[in-house]
Amino acid sequence: MGTIIITVGAISGITGILAFLLTLAKNTIGNYGEVIININDDEDHVVDGGTTLLSALIDEKIFIPSACGGKGSCGYCKVKVNEGAGPILPTELGYLTPEDKKENVRLSCQVKVKNDFKIEIPEELFNVQEYEGKVSKIVDLTPTIKHLTFDLKEGEIDFKAGQYVQLRAPEYKGNDEEVYRAYSIASSPSKRDQLELIIGYVEEGIATTYVHHHLEEDEEVLFNGPYGDFFYQDTDREMVMVAIGTGMAPILSILYHMVENNINRKATFYFGARYLEDLFFVEELQEIEKKLPNFKFIPSLSRAKEDDNWTGEIGRVTDAIEKYMESGENKEAYLCGSPRMIDSTVELLKEKGMQEELIFYDKFE
Amino acid sequence: MEGLNPFVVFFASIFTNNMILTNFLGMCSFIAVSGEIKTSLGLGQAVTFVLTFTTVLNYFIYHYVLVPLGLEYLRFIIFIISIAAFVQLVEMIVERYLPNLYYALGIFLPLITVNCAILGVSLFMVIRDYNMIVSLLFGLGSGIGWTLAIVALAGIRKRLKYAKVPKGLEGPGITIIITGLMALAFVGFSGIVQIQ
Repeated sequence: MGTIIITVGAISGITGILAFLLTLAKNTIGNYGEVIININDDEDHVVDGGTTLLSALIDEKIFIPSACGGKGSCGYCKVKVNEGAGPILPTELGYLTPEDKKENVRLSCQVKVKNDFKIEIPEELFNVQEYEGKVSKIVDLTPTIKHLTFDLKEGEIDFKAGQYVQLRAPEYKGNDEEVYRAYSIASSPSKRDQLELIIGYVEEGIATTYVHHHLEEDEEVLFNGPYGDFFYQDTDREMVMVAIGTGMAPILSILYHMVENNINRKATFYFGARYLEDLFFVEELQEIEKKLPNFKFIPSLSRAKEDDNWTGEIGRVTDAIEKYMESGENKEAYLCGSPRMIDSTVELLKEKGMQEELIFYDKFE
Repeated sequence: MEGLNPFVVFFASIFTNNMILTNFLGMCSFIAVSGEIKTSLGLGQAVTFVLTFTTVLNYFIYHYVLVPLGLEYLRFIIFIISIAAFVQLVEMIVERYLPNLYYALGIFLPLITVNCAILGVSLFMVIRDYNMIVSLLFGLGSGIGWTLAIVALAGIRKRLKYAKVPKGLEGPGITIIITGLMALAFVGFSGIVQIQ
């Protein structure tokens, strides 16, 4: 019994003294006090020194993308540090390209904040957060396209009409890697506790297979966002919107935004599908047409079948634009869909006299 | 070990009983950080510093705490704890006051915590029953010997960049072979003094 007490006492005593010394050192030598991180020459954030830049920014609710969680093994958490970081550490070398080094780009999980910093972060990252959601509704729009509604478990998402989120597809039977895939938000930016996505099925697509074959109502999902520089521009120009398939999502968001804010700009939405069964949200869009007198919806079928009794446009979206749009001058365009459709549409719009800077697009690849 | 000349132990620990080249202790950082002469010299200095002070620290803990209490068998766990705490302390000091050394060593500094050369020296000191002065010089000498070995290896590796190394042996493979050759060369010193 005596030996046990002596043993435990001795080890505890020595460990205790060392722990005391370390704590003392941490609060004196390791204490860097408060330091200031200046972001984009604009905002000053006061943080406790001594931690990594990544965790200091997370404490300030600024989420830098990081897949490995600060272990220095993914190389995603790059941030431009203009002042304060000191020389590049050996642990960063493997992830920085020669351009990165020239541009003062550093791995924020390795750089420690010990003095005042000046950093640059893309504006859109300020808003990016991770969200947990619950699937509240799944509706089949066409045989290959589903409309999903998620309720956010907590917090609100603040996005611009046209932006996208990254949805996480977890591991499931037949897929052993976790992936994130981008999907445009189809709901109105004013609905901040809910999110709607339109997701098409892609043969052997990891995320689309997950959504179409595994995801059920009431299940939980994880996504982050919002991202993207494709969004509604607040001008008075006439709008030309072009989409095919799931590319309708960001356009819908823009239209909801216009309806809610009573923005009655002249706008035409050219939507392309193959068969009648591939058309969706037609009634929804006709409803919007009633609310926005200057808005016109022009669906076009490229391969209408005999028994579809289709009386609308026939051909590709570019054919419809060719037919209805006389000139592209003083108009702006929002294109969303496959790269092929976008490339040919951009070509046509430029021919019609539209300025290239006024053609905004989001290529779904 | 009465009458052991401290300076004999000091030189022996550098050359004939080199921690790396005769005992093969402290290999992981020896191989990982030997790419640059400057960095390896920095790590060598850190190891020397830590070795000298932990050996003395452990000497006092062993002879003034563990032996009187009859707890010699606890030396492994106690030595590990005291080395870990000491290294962390050194890391904090280096990070604050010697930023250049910190930038050169970066993440490798905590590696010293698990550098077996350091635990090895403390244990040899106990096994060989060295007194205070001898232990101090043994620690210092072992550190210098370790530094010598890693700087020499870094120098060789620098030249190696221009050599045609077989694909499968690039990096650690050829490094271990070179370490073996260096150890053979150091065996040549073994006739001078012997402490084991």
